[in-house]
Amino acid sequence: MAMHYKDFLRIDHMPHMWCPGCGIGIIVKAMLRAIQTVEWPINDIAVISGIGCTSRAPGYLDMNTLHTTHGRALTFATGIKLMRPDKHVVVISGDGDAAAIGGNHLVHSCRRNIDITLIIVNNNIYGMTGGQCSPTTPLGAKAATSPWGNADPPFDISSLCKGAGATYVARGHVGSGVQLERLIRGGLNHKGFAVIEVLSNCHTQFGRRNKLSDPIELINNIVAKTVNVRQAAKMSREELAGKYPVGLLHQDEEREEYYEAYKKVIQLAEAALKR
Amino acid sequence: MPQQQNNGRRVVFWPGNEVIPEAAIAAGCRFFAGYPITPSSEMAHIMSRRLPQVGGVFIQMEDEIAAMGALIGASLTGEKVMTATSGPGFSLKQENIGYASMIEVPCVVVNVMRGGPSTGLPTALGQSDIMQARWGTHGDRPVIALTPSYLDEAYMETIRAFNLAEKFRMPVFVLLDEVIGHLSEKIEIPDPSEYELVERPRPKVPPEQYIPYDSSESDIPPLADYFSGYRFHMTGLNHDKTGFPTTNPAICQAENERMMRKVDAHLSEIEKYEEYLTEDADVGVIAFGSTARAAMVAVNDARERGIKAGLLRPITLWPFPEEAARNLGKRSKGIVVPEANLGQLIYEVQRVAGCTGPVVGVNKVGGVPIYPGEILAKIEELA
Ligand SMILES: Cc1ncc(C[n+]2csc(CCOP(=O)(O)OP(=O)(O)O)c2C)c(N)n1
Ligand code: SF4
Repeated sequence: MAMHYKDFLRIDHMPHMWCPGCGIGIIVKAMLRAIQTVEWPINDIAVISGIGCTSRAPGYLDMNTLHTTHGRALTFATGIKLMRPDKHVVVISGDGDAAAIGGNHLVHSCRRNIDITLIIVNNNIYGMTGGQCSPTTPLGAKAATSPWGNADPPFDISSLCKGAGATYVARGHVGSGVQLERLIRGGLNHKGFAVIEVLSNCHTQFGRRNKLSDPIELINNIVAKTVNVRQAAKMSREELAGKYPVGLLHQDEEREEYYEAYKKVIQLAEAALKR
Repeated sequence: MPQQQNNGRRVVFWPGNEVIPEAAIAAGCRFFAGYPITPSSEMAHIMSRRLPQVGGVFIQMEDEIAAMGALIGASLTGEKVMTATSGPGFSLKQENIGYASMIEVPCVVVNVMRGGPSTGLPTALGQSDIMQARWGTHGDRPVIALTPSYLDEAYMETIRAFNLAEKFRMPVFVLLDEVIGHLSEKIEIPDPSEYELVERPRPKVPPEQYIPYDSSESDIPPLADYFSGYRFHMTGLNHDKTGFPTTNPAICQAENERMMRKVDAHLSEIEKYEEYLTEDADVGVIAFGSTARAAMVAVNDARERGIKAGLLRPITLWPFPEEAARNLGKRSKGIVVPEANLGQLIYEVQRVAGCTGPVVGVNKVGGVPIYPGEILAKIEELA
C-alpha cells in the first residue's frame, strides 16, 4: 500500500513546532502508517493529547483532534469512547504528561481496560517546559531541576502499565520506525487498553545537558540500551540492568474490555425497567 | 405508596439530590461522570441506576479532575452531560472547567456546597463556594450559576441549566447547599410539554466550510459533533476562529471578549430572580439558596412588626441581578445579606447596590442554618 502522509496531515499547519531531529516526527509517521494499514476512516478517529511537545501532535492530524489539559488526555478520551464505543480513540502523551501529572489516569485506564490506544513518547525529560526531570529521567542524569544529577528513581512505564492491568503493552524506539509501526498497529487492532511506550530523543533538553546534544548520537545511545524481548527473556537480572526490552511485552486477549462489561450493566438496568 | 397525580402531573416526595438527576434526565442528560463526595453522592447513586435505563452511561472516575475531563469528552460527541460534586471536588475540577469554557463545550456542573475550607464540614450546610464558582479557574471567562431555593424550582432550573449550557456553549453551574440537597419536598413533575429543550447550535455548512469558532453570524459559533464528518481541532491555548493556537494579541483580545459577551449580551435572557415585597421596602434583604427561605420568614416577621422589609432572591447568582439589587439599594435604608459563609455575596452587593445606608451581613459557618430570628434582628437594627 502506497503511503501518502498528506492524506492524514493538516499540511497547511506545517511547518511543525518541533526541533529539527526530534523523535516525535518519527513516531507520528509510524502511527499514520499503522492507521493506514488498519484502514480506519479518518472521520471515525479521535486523537487526544495533554500538554507538552508530544501533545502538539494532534494539531497536525486531519482527524477529530483535541489538545486538552496537562496529564488529563485519557479522561477526555474515556468520555468520548464511552459515548461512541464504535469509534476509534487514540491518545498521545509525553512521559511527564502520562506518568507524572497523569499517572493516576494512566493506571486507572489500564485497570478499566477501556478500548483506547495510548502512545507514550518517553524522552526522559520535560521537553516543552525547558528540560526539567520527569518520572523517567535516569538516576544521575542532568536536568534543569537536577543540576547535580537526578536523585529520583525512574519508573519503568511499560511494567507499570502491565502491572496496572493494560492488556497490550509494547515498547519501541525511534531507531526503528518499522518495528514501531508494527507495535502501534498491534495496539490499534487490540480490543482493550493498549500502551505503546516509545523511547525517543529530546536532544534539545535532555541531550544537551547530558553530552548527547546531537540527535543521531542520542538516538544511537537509546538504541544501544534496547534489547529485543526474546533475547531479554534469556538474560539474567544483572545483564538486564539499564537495558530496555523492546517489542511486544504483554498481550492478554481474554480479559473483558470495559464497555463490553458496561453493556451487561445496561442490559440489567433495562430489564429492571421492563419488570 | 401509590403515585399521586395532579393535573396529569406525577407527584413525588423527593430530596433535592434526587430532583436534580431526574430533571437532568428529563433535560436529555445521557452522561454522568463523578467521584463520590458528601453531600452530593446521592446524585451519583441515582445516575448509576437510571442512566443505563435511558440509553446513557454513568462512570465513577478516579477523581474529580478525571470526571470533569470525561464530561467534556462525552459532550464533544454531541451528548448532554452532567457531573455533581461538593467543595473539595469543585476545587479539583477548576482547571478543566476553565478548559470547557475555553473550548466552549456545554456541560452542567452541580456543586452541593458544604462547609469549608478544605475538608471542612462534609455533612453540613455551607454557601462558601460562590466566589469559587465565579473566579475559581484562572483567567477570565463567562459564568452562569443557578441557585434554586425550592425543589420545584430546582427541577426547572436544572432543565434551564442544560438549556443555557447548550445555547451558550459553556459550563453552567447549579449551586445547591447541603440543605437544598438533602431536604425532601412534595413536587409535581412538570410534563415535558410544559418546557422547551434546547440543543447546541450545530453547523449548517458542509464540513469543508466549517470553521469551529466562526462568530460572523453569532457570538455563539456552531459546534459539530465528533465523528459526524466535521474534523476540527480544539485546544485550551488561545486560538483563532479555526481552533488552532495563536498568540496574535488582537485575536486573543477579540476572542476572549467574544466569550464574555455570550453572557454579558444576554443578561435579560439568563438573569432570574424573585422579588418579595420589595416595592416599598425600607430594608432590603438579599439571600439565595436555603438561606433565602429563612430570609422570607424574617421579612414576613418584620412586616408583622411594622417594618417594611423586602427580599431579593437571586436565582442566577452569576450573572448577579445587578439592576434589581441597584433598585433595591436605591429604595432602602440598608441591606442585609445573610449567607452561610464569612461574607462573599456581600462584596457583590456592596459593589452594585449603591445603597447609601449600611450593607451588613449575617454570617454563619458552623454548619447550622441561619435562622429567621437572626436575620430579623439585623433588619430591626437597620429599620
Ligand atoms: C497543570 C499544569 N502544570 C504544568 C504545566 C506546564 N507543563 C507544560 S508541558 C509540561 C511537561 C511536558 O513534558 P512531557 O509530558 O514529558 O512532554 P514533552 O514536552 O517532553 O513531549 C509541563 C510541566 C501545565 N501546562 N499544566
Ligand atoms: S524540546 Fe525536545 S521534545 Fe520538544 S521538540 Fe525539541 S527535541 Fe522534541
